[in-house]
Amino acid sequence: MLEINNLVKRYGQSEAVLKGLDLKVEGNSVVSIVGASGAGKSTMLRCINRLVEPTSGSIKLNGTELVNLKGAELRRARRKIGMVFQGFNLLDRLTVMENVLAGRLGYVNLYQAITRRYPQTDIERAFSLMERVGIAHYANKRADELSGGERQRVGVVRALMQEPEVLLADEPTASLDPRTSEQIMMLLQSLASELSLPVLINIHNVAQAKTYTERIVGLRHGKMIFDGLPADFNKEALDAIYGGIEAPDETVSEQPYSSAEVARHDSA
Amino acid sequence: MVDHAQQLADRIWQRYDRKTRLIRYGILLATLMVVVWAVRDIDIFWPWVWDAPNQISSLGARMWPPSPAGLNNIFNALLETVHIATLATFLTIFLALPVAYIAAQNTTPNRACLWLGRFILVSSRSVNTIIWALLFVAIFGPGVLAGILAIVFRSIGFIGKLMGEAIEEIDRKPVEAMEASGASKAKVIVYAIVPQVMPAFFAIVILRWDINIRESTVLGLVGAGGIGVILQGAIDTFAWPTVATILIAIIALVLVGEAITSLLRSKVL
Amino acid sequence: MTPPDPQPSVPRTWKKPPFIANPLVRYGIIIVAVVYLVWAFGSLPFNWARISEGIPRAARIFSGGFPPSFERFGLLLTGFKESFQIAILATLLGVLLSIPFAVMAARNIAPMPIYLIGRSVIIISRSFHPVIVAILFVAAVGFGPLAGILTLTLYSIGFVGKLLAEEIEEIDWGQVEAMRATGAGYLATLFYAVFPQILPRQVGLSMYQLDSNLRASAVVGIVGAGGIGGTLMNAFGRYDYDFAFAILLIIIAVILLSEGISGWVRKKIW
Repeated sequence: MLEINNLVKRYGQSEAVLKGLDLKVEGNSVVSIVGASGAGKSTMLRCINRLVEPTSGSIKLNGTELVNLKGAELRRARRKIGMVFQGFNLLDRLTVMENVLAGRLGYVNLYQAITRRYPQTDIERAFSLMERVGIAHYANKRADELSGGERQRVGVVRALMQEPEVLLADEPTASLDPRTSEQIMMLLQSLASELSLPVLINIHNVAQAKTYTERIVGLRHGKMIFDGLPADFNKEALDAIYGGIEAPDETVSEQPYSSAEVARHDSA
Repeated sequence: MVDHAQQLADRIWQRYDRKTRLIRYGILLATLMVVVWAVRDIDIFWPWVWDAPNQISSLGARMWPPSPAGLNNIFNALLETVHIATLATFLTIFLALPVAYIAAQNTTPNRACLWLGRFILVSSRSVNTIIWALLFVAIFGPGVLAGILAIVFRSIGFIGKLMGEAIEEIDRKPVEAMEASGASKAKVIVYAIVPQVMPAFFAIVILRWDINIRESTVLGLVGAGGIGVILQGAIDTFAWPTVATILIAIIALVLVGEAITSLLRSKVL
Repeated sequence: MTPPDPQPSVPRTWKKPPFIANPLVRYGIIIVAVVYLVWAFGSLPFNWARISEGIPRAARIFSGGFPPSFERFGLLLTGFKESFQIAILATLLGVLLSIPFAVMAARNIAPMPIYLIGRSVIIISRSFHPVIVAILFVAAVGFGPLAGILTLTLYSIGFVGKLLAEEIEEIDWGQVEAMRATGAGYLATLFYAVFPQILPRQVGLSMYQLDSNLRASAVVGIVGAGGIGGTLMNAFGRYDYDFAFAILLIIIAVILLSEGISGWVRKKIW
């Protein structure tokens, strides 16, 4: 269970990006976080695994407080939090298998990491996860030779290799074409239920959020202004989140394949 | 119609506007003054200048034809020169990489290390190889060790600076991903930084080896080993045909070095 | 989208594919490298007896060198003044002379025999370290700044000429054709269609060359070609280590300053 209480993040002296967020995610639910660019979605996700240092507040994962962890303890906590990135963040010049095994870096020792001598169980797990998402035959290909969708699958498998207790996905589909992004969303949805894993997804595409997730959280200017079922996410909620001024990326009409161009999702 | 004719007459074509022209003339004038000062003030006996072409061509005449005697010696000296350059480049790698690591802003452990790293790079780069050689000859006596150390100390700055820049230019994203997976600093370096700087590393080392071949040809002039020793000896004994042979040998060495580097570049990169 | 799995039986072990696929080549390279290092190290004549004296000598040199002495400031100033003058004059001459040589060495505008001459001048002047050129000029025209100027002029021709020739080879050819179409002669074409395309680069290169000539002028003096290098060599020769270290410090300071200025100017121009 992930529990966020009164989370505040402020960069320097400027206005806070997150102004006291509360969020509770239980079980294997898939939660999407929507909001305009700059609403604080990405900052919130990065506060959870402390890639961004929260200013104040509390974040608990299965009872462990994450906010004041340091050094080795922080790294041990991060092992339990998988993350999938908008830009995939793969190790481009390494093979797919090395990328996937890199998810185990928090577990193996430095000698094993350098010589790539991972335990047999890790390799088994890597192969079965890669087969699950259909990239096993690329194991010895360099990561930068893959297409966008395949690269994001590598990113997902790498995060799952950590045996995470929660999965964070920061705009996982924003760099992909509409069809591929549908596939990745479907994959995340089914993996969540197969592995009974809670998943938090930052997403611009409201239609996809409604189709593939069980709960939508809307952020605006660092505050949560919507938290509910996709069915309850109506025109008013959409206007409130995007301010009615900024054009949302997607209309509410159910058209998964419509106008989710990559170009409009440039910034996170 | 009259107005139009007037306009046409006013259209004087000028290449630059007034301000640009003033700046240009100013710079030109300043340069000219500096040059005039340099020419008038420099400690040169001008009749020698007018005589210089004669002197140079007479020296050239004394060198011709190159003497084939002592080719064996020259070949051994060339080999020694290559050894100095190669061993020194090899040793430099181990010294320059840690310096690059602490001198790169994104990997340095703390500010003190950053400044220490930068200090090492700057002092290494600002002192020319031959001045380093002078120092090491004074310490360790004439010989190849002084030469190797001179090349090493100069190359640390070169390789260290360029590698530091390569580290600073890496894509941050894989680093972020590795940190998010709970990897320690050492593992982040091995997985997210080393693969990214590998191509730059090979390119820089190959480039420096090429430069070091050239540099090690002069070490001998201050007694630090290599082909320069016999060049100095030949000049001191006025054996000009031998000097010519040595010069040709140096050109050959440098061209071979360049050929090898471009071959390595196309193979490795 | 997902292609059919090419491997029916699932591989359950994994090893990192080696950097070089062919094992023969892989181990061959390692063996050759090791053998070379052993051979090179073994064949070099190290005078271990003399080297072992190094540490006490280093201690003596450094204790003699600190604190650096700026007592003979006049001598230091004269040396640097001469280095500056050498660098300035050599840069001017070198940059001007590099233009005709660059034109000669550009494949697209020079006829074949001229091209070969231009190329070989550039290759030869680039092959020799300035110190070697300096020692030859000292032998030809005697000790003093004249040898230094000649050396660095040749050095500049080699460096600037090569880059400029490459620049000329990459110019927009359309402008040359346009000039030729108007009936312009060879020289007019050069001045109107070629030089305007390379001149901005030439100004930046001159600044760069001034900087590297200043560096080089500090060392050509070591073999007697004038400038601060001679002063340094003398100080070393007379075991005046405190003065030598003072000179070294100033050389480092001047080089850093000149690098900074040259970088700033080039940024302004480009």
